[in-house]
Amino acid sequence: MTAPYRYLEEIATADVAFEAWGATMEEAFLAAADATLNTMVEDIRTVSPREHRVFSLSADSLDLLLFELLQELVYHKDADRLLLRVRDLRIEEAGSGYRLRAEASGETIDPGKHPLLADVKAVTLHRLSVEKTPSGWRAVVVLDV
Amino acid sequence: MPVPSDIIRISDTVWEIPVSHKAGMLVPARIFATEALLSAFDDGVFEQITNVATLTGIVGHACCMPDGHWGYGFPIGGLAAMDPVHGVISPGGIGFDINCGMRLCLTNLTYEEVRPRLRSLVDRIAGRVPAGVGVEGTVRISRDEFRHVVEQGSRWAVKSGFGWKEDLERTEEGGCLAGADASRVSEKAVDRGYRQIGTLGSGNHYLEIQVAKAENVFDQDTARDFGIVLPDQVVVMFHCGSRGFGHQVATDYLRIFVAAMHGKYRIHVPDRELACAPFRSPEGQDYFAAMKCAVNMSFVNRQVILHRIREVFSEVFGRDPKDLGMRQVYDVSHNTAKIERHDFEGKPRELLVHRKGATRAFGPGMPGLPDVYRKTGQPVILGGSMETGSYLLAGVDSAASTFFTTAHGSGRAMSRTAARKRFRGRQLQEQMEERGIYVRTASWSGLAEEAGPAYKNVDDVVEATERAGLSRRVVRLLPVGNVKG
Repeated sequence: MTAPYRYLEEIATADVAFEAWGATMEEAFLAAADATLNTMVEDIRTVSPREHRVFSLSADSLDLLLFELLQELVYHKDADRLLLRVRDLRIEEAGSGYRLRAEASGETIDPGKHPLLADVKAVTLHRLSVEKTPSGWRAVVVLDV
Repeated sequence: MPVPSDIIRISDTVWEIPVSHKAGMLVPARIFATEALLSAFDDGVFEQITNVATLTGIVGHACCMPDGHWGYGFPIGGLAAMDPVHGVISPGGIGFDINCGMRLCLTNLTYEEVRPRLRSLVDRIAGRVPAGVGVEGTVRISRDEFRHVVEQGSRWAVKSGFGWKEDLERTEEGGCLAGADASRVSEKAVDRGYRQIGTLGSGNHYLEIQVAKAENVFDQDTARDFGIVLPDQVVVMFHCGSRGFGHQVATDYLRIFVAAMHGKYRIHVPDRELACAPFRSPEGQDYFAAMKCAVNMSFVNRQVILHRIREVFSEVFGRDPKDLGMRQVYDVSHNTAKIERHDFEGKPRELLVHRKGATRAFGPGMPGLPDVYRKTGQPVILGGSMETGSYLLAGVDSAASTFFTTAHGSGRAMSRTAARKRFRGRQLQEQMEERGIYVRTASWSGLAEEAGPAYKNVDDVVEATERAGLSRRVVRLLPVGNVKG
């Protein structure tokens, strides 16, 4: 099965841009989380689910909610040296914005086990979007590496 | 996007896009480049630099250096000076890697003396200066002490034994930007940074052993004043920043600024990455104080790395680093915002100067330079690609139009994904070794992304800065050993 994301060459010369998609909003968010992990690790299947984290996040808009989720992955990469794969995720409307609850699992960075790529510095707001398409949902993200 | 049709040629290296180009532009945009570099600029530079020209309080011109390329918000190579009373501060004008910069260290060794021990030097440095995704350094301090460290900058490092007192005066801002306030920094930023002192990072960050060949010295007097005195003298150059700490500070405030800009200050910008707040506002001042902590973290990071390099050379050659002449030439920062005093429209004015992928390049005699460089102008360290070479430049009197700012590197010309498709890391390593450059990398695909052809020609960029009167060439430095992040 091909991954539900694709890296884009035409945006952001020095950084990493990708689009991620899914039939539902949740699937598109999961795909974007995998694309972020895949920016740091060549094969995300090498990341075993040994440690777990739960994220409860909220934002005024869907794209900023995705920013918050991906930012958590970048944070834990440095703070706990953890590579995380988001495995379960639910989004609901809350007042004028959105709320997200996600469960992520992964393990400590081990260059012997995880073929490493680039260190993601940050999630940018450049061209950031989450939108509904005729076939589902699509997100575009630029990561600073 | 092609070069805008309304661009005006001011000289053969200065191009201006007038305020009539786009609604909301407050000042013209100026691009410093030869015609060849200008026509090769990637999509987005023109759009982004003209967006910068719409920011409240911008004075003079929104400028882009010859190594400019597409960034987010500001282009890389972007420069904007703001009126500190009426203007804004924008984290997007500084970048996520706050105080990403370059440091250059001398040795009194020649390439002949270093060559037999090159592998050993590179391998040991790679072991002592951790690089790659999420790496930790060897300096163990508590979270609380880290908050103290980021207020003190390199002064803490030197006091703790990581360097020499003279390193401080040979660092921009003396290695400590005054006014850093760690209470403006989130716990998350501390979590990400407190174990990362002395680490290189990844992407375009590197540490290089280089050679100054006699034929590559452009100005012998200045080279001598900078410490380049021997034929084939070996030097060490490295490029890195404030690591996860700075990245988190930038992220935290980007979030705060996006909310405050729309709700509280009613500022509209063409791109959310240009999120900004009035400099004098609580948000603006909090960010400025937190950003200074990240600036200082970066100085500390490079100070500790310098110390590790001295340790390794000392072990390999069995001599004291002082005896090996391992003096620091300078440390320059290329992602900052600083309050500086400049002559503007005939009178001295305080300005908030944003530099994103652009280097301060003070001319001779300017305040802020250490005595040793008062006559020469500021040393400017410009990193090229790992295959082609780098430069040591000097600041000049004629750079007032860019508030004494020049380029920072050769500038990417090819996207990372495209470079990865075109080059193979292992193969590249072998090819470079055949050409006398020994490389160690934390990531093969990361190495491929940094291949020489992924960058603009560094000679063209540097020549453009000289012709435009922004800086002048002193020495071209060739890589012989490289640790890639």
